[in-house]
Amino acid sequence: MRCSRLLSSAIVLALSANAFAQGPTYRLGTTPSEEEIKARDTAVSPLGKELPPGSGTVSQGSTVYAQKCVACHGPNGTGTRLHRGLIPLGNAKPVKIDGSLVPYATTVWDFINRAMPSTRPGTLTPNEVYAATAFVLFLNGIIQETDVLDQMTLPQIRMPNRDNFVSVEIGLKPGERRPLGHYP
Amino acid sequence: MGSHRHSDRRQFLTESAALAGLAVAAVQTADAQTPQTPQSPVRLKDNLAYGQPSPFDNTVRRATGAGTPITDTALTTPLQDLDGIITPSGLHFLMDHVNGIPDIDPQKHRLLMHGMVERPLSFTIDELRRFPSVSNVYFLECNANSRPLRGPNGDSVQLVHGRTSCSEWTGVLLSVLLKECGVKADASWIVAEGGESNKYTMSIPLEKCLDDTLVAYAQNGEPVRPHNGYPLRLVVPGWEAIRAVKWLNRIAVVDRPAMAWHEAGNNADTNSEGKALGFRFALGPKSVITRPSGGQRLPGRGFYEITGLAWSGGGAVRKVDVSTDGGRTYKDAQLQQPVLPYAHTRFRFAWEWNGEEAVLQSRCTDERGEVQPTIAEAATILGVTPEYFLQADHFNGIQPWKINRDGGIQSALF
Repeated sequence: MRCSRLLSSAIVLALSANAFAQGPTYRLGTTPSEEEIKARDTAVSPLGKELPPGSGTVSQGSTVYAQKCVACHGPNGTGTRLHRGLIPLGNAKPVKIDGSLVPYATTVWDFINRAMPSTRPGTLTPNEVYAATAFVLFLNGIIQETDVLDQMTLPQIRMPNRDNFVSVEIGLKPGERRPLGHYP
Repeated sequence: MGSHRHSDRRQFLTESAALAGLAVAAVQTADAQTPQTPQSPVRLKDNLAYGQPSPFDNTVRRATGAGTPITDTALTTPLQDLDGIITPSGLHFLMDHVNGIPDIDPQKHRLLMHGMVERPLSFTIDELRRFPSVSNVYFLECNANSRPLRGPNGDSVQLVHGRTSCSEWTGVLLSVLLKECGVKADASWIVAEGGESNKYTMSIPLEKCLDDTLVAYAQNGEPVRPHNGYPLRLVVPGWEAIRAVKWLNRIAVVDRPAMAWHEAGNNADTNSEGKALGFRFALGPKSVITRPSGGQRLPGRGFYEITGLAWSGGGAVRKVDVSTDGGRTYKDAQLQQPVLPYAHTRFRFAWEWNGEEAVLQSRCTDERGEVQPTIAEAATILGVTPEYFLQADHFNGIQPWKINRDGGIQSALF
């Protein structure tokens, strides 16, 4: 017992001494190439620094929409019986509707890029994604008809709900009381 | 009691699913039939190679809306028909954000780990199976579980509360894999991505990943089922199951959440001040009486064992109280061992029905001391009206079941 307790203390000490920056223990797995990582990592974060070169306008987006989106999302972006609408995307006041809370325009770009069109996700070119994003944001009154979206302008768009998020449990430690919990 | 509304058999459903388009009509036809012994020799052989339930057992997953065909996007666990705490893998609930369940060849699957790490690494399934493994029993609960009154038949345990299931998960701790990669000091989150066509994405704070988060390759002793993420699934104990990324394909170590579509645009509740409650992780304490429950019928007065399930994202269930008078008085229920953290816990309560109206309900208290609220108490916490929960997520209110004099049972939440 004492041995195992000593051992656990040693492990705890080792872990707390930033062991995660130390060398590997099991030496399993292989090192992926830069190219493999780049090919598999298409994610775009709120800062938008991963955005690829390219650009798109509302008018170009209207064309992309007519070709690849209208079948599910309806002629005006309001959806069909089976599929969701693209409006509202960022209400002035958050309501519980899919998409209505999106805090960053990069989220819209990333989701169109990775998941649309739903029949062939990931097939849009960067220009098409910029254009489709521009069209959707225009439909929602978030950008002007003349705006051009690219690596520089997209991350600067201020979504209506950017400041309407309260992150409830970030930093909550195991065993701590939840902020919205019921403790009579 | 315990009468099944549908007599469709699981095997029949499997075959119907293969005959796409005929499924709904076929199942309805089957309703009128009595179970028959399988006659096809192929079917018999299949039964022997992988044991199947009796043709007389009609326990099946059900689609969430009345009359909705069985699809691969929203199927609920028949909690009212199950015993113990383990959900059979084939009955695990399914709520998907994808265009169908992917067929992933495990030989070709690679888990890529990269980002703010010293050593990016790529793992095959065989390599992951060589790491020290752990097995733990954990529930997975959709944060939209228990939303009241789901459709015309939304008063049954299955349709309202059937988006929680409990399995023994086996895999390698994510902390072990992160250590192999060497997490850089300023990292604080991971972003996990699925391998399905639209690459579902979720962000998880690094602290939870270094604690008990599991990269699971097995569920209840066998490989994770395709509808649960074969060949790899992230299991984040006690947290809303939207974080438990299926078909786990890629983990990026980062210093901020991705604000991906399903964590930013959806799945956030709102409060009375017009704020979106983002990143609610741990599920609250919850319990539900599974028998007797909505849609069932008591055949007559006399003895019944009230039984149900309790669980909490706060750890282990400390106690469950049962009321037979609509919450005026409560008594301790008996907890069936094992009582495990972040797992379903079975409770039992002996009851004699005198034939009069009664309202049965249960209340869970977890090891953190958090108590399952009534719907009124839950509404007070958020500053909303009870009707808010018809559309909201994370609802863990007490579920009252009203027993009528004729033995019929329905929800008495509203």
